[in-house]
Amino acid sequence: MQRKAVALISGGLDSMLAVKAILEQGIHVEGLNFFTGFCVEGHTQAIRNQNKSKPKRNNALWVAEQLGIKLHIIDVVQEYKNIVLNPKHGYGANMNPCLDCKIFMVQKADAWRKANDFDFIITGEVIGQRPKSQRKQTMPVISQESGAQDRLLRPLSAQLLPPTLPEREGWVMRDKLFDFSGRSRKPQMSLAEKFNIDEYAQPAGGCCFLTDKNYTEKLKDLWSNGGKRDYELDDIMLLKVGRHLRPSDSYKLIISRDEGESNYLRGYRKQFISIEPKSHPGPLSLIDGEASAQDIHLAASIVARYSQGRDATDVTLAVHSKDGAQFDLTVQPMTANNIPQEWLL
Amino acid sequence: MKHTIDARNLLCPMPVIRLQTQIGDYQAGDTIEIISTDPGTQYDIPAWCRVHGHKVLDIQQKENEIRIFVEVGQ
Ligand code: SF4
Repeated sequence: MQRKAVALISGGLDSMLAVKAILEQGIHVEGLNFFTGFCVEGHTQAIRNQNKSKPKRNNALWVAEQLGIKLHIIDVVQEYKNIVLNPKHGYGANMNPCLDCKIFMVQKADAWRKANDFDFIITGEVIGQRPKSQRKQTMPVISQESGAQDRLLRPLSAQLLPPTLPEREGWVMRDKLFDFSGRSRKPQMSLAEKFNIDEYAQPAGGCCFLTDKNYTEKLKDLWSNGGKRDYELDDIMLLKVGRHLRPSDSYKLIISRDEGESNYLRGYRKQFISIEPKSHPGPLSLIDGEASAQDIHLAASIVARYSQGRDATDVTLAVHSKDGAQFDLTVQPMTANNIPQEWLL
Repeated sequence: MKHTIDARNLLCPMPVIRLQTQIGDYQAGDTIEIISTDPGTQYDIPAWCRVHGHKVLDIQQKENEIRIFVEVGQ
């Protein structure tokens, strides 16, 4: 009987190697990738014009295709909120609740495993790779608190951990698994070479925006000015787009940095007041919050500063209200020196 | 049967998730037209279709809208 494993696929090298090692042992593997709303994957490249030469691929899908396995992408945005807002095990260096996040994902994978009649779960975790979530002491915490228990196998560090069910039952051979530990990437690189994997995504810091200091600052600003510690998908997506400036407690400005971002922000014109330069090329901007006529005037002069009319005596901008009404405003662009540093989020 | 999925103004991977959710209700041989605005869908939807055995029939782009036509596999 062919045994079946479900794998957590992030799009990085470690999960790719873990899956490959298990496929080599004749196991049927399918992948899961969780969309939390904070994932770095895909959309930032999609919104922005930069790196046009680089294909805008989703690395998790790309990995699945290289491995020849199915990948299921699961929307966990709503459930994940509780992990971000109330992590039992606390945060890492920024707002990243890595340990709770791992437990949550393995728990979801275990539910998927049961529903689809799969035998065990694999992850690309390596002992000692990450300071908070991937320590030797946290490995059993993840297995237990997720409920996956000994059906959770980490092929890359398996030989350093107690034998799991798939090993004890002989579904996989423990001596063909690995004993990787620590932050060095060398064992992974040489295994990749052995498996003839010569292209893979280099994870820069982490798999999600919650490890990013600047993003975390913007998230805290959202909470301190939004009145409550909560978010909707649109809020956290918008934090990834544009320059964010807060001239007042009551509103902030989101100014696109290129055409791709302008196009994306245009989709929000029914939810926010938007400002777009008319007399000169310039960025589409949204006003997030409550703004008086005076605030809109100030916002327009900031937007003018980021337009190609920044050195002109005045710039005309179109202001669109949420209901589609529009009026023109002519303002003097602010100078860079007049924009206080603390406005920039 | 022909189906349409409106995924405009959704960022990847949401259009893929929409397709993945809906496709379960459709029969092999049905066609789906996915309308999206995120340029990433031109790569992600075909990649998802390849790993799941569905066929991309055509991709059309007009201004900011992308239309991807998919035939549901077995
Ligand atoms: S970096 Fe983000 S996605 Fe990765 S484990 Fe930490 S919280 Fe979860």
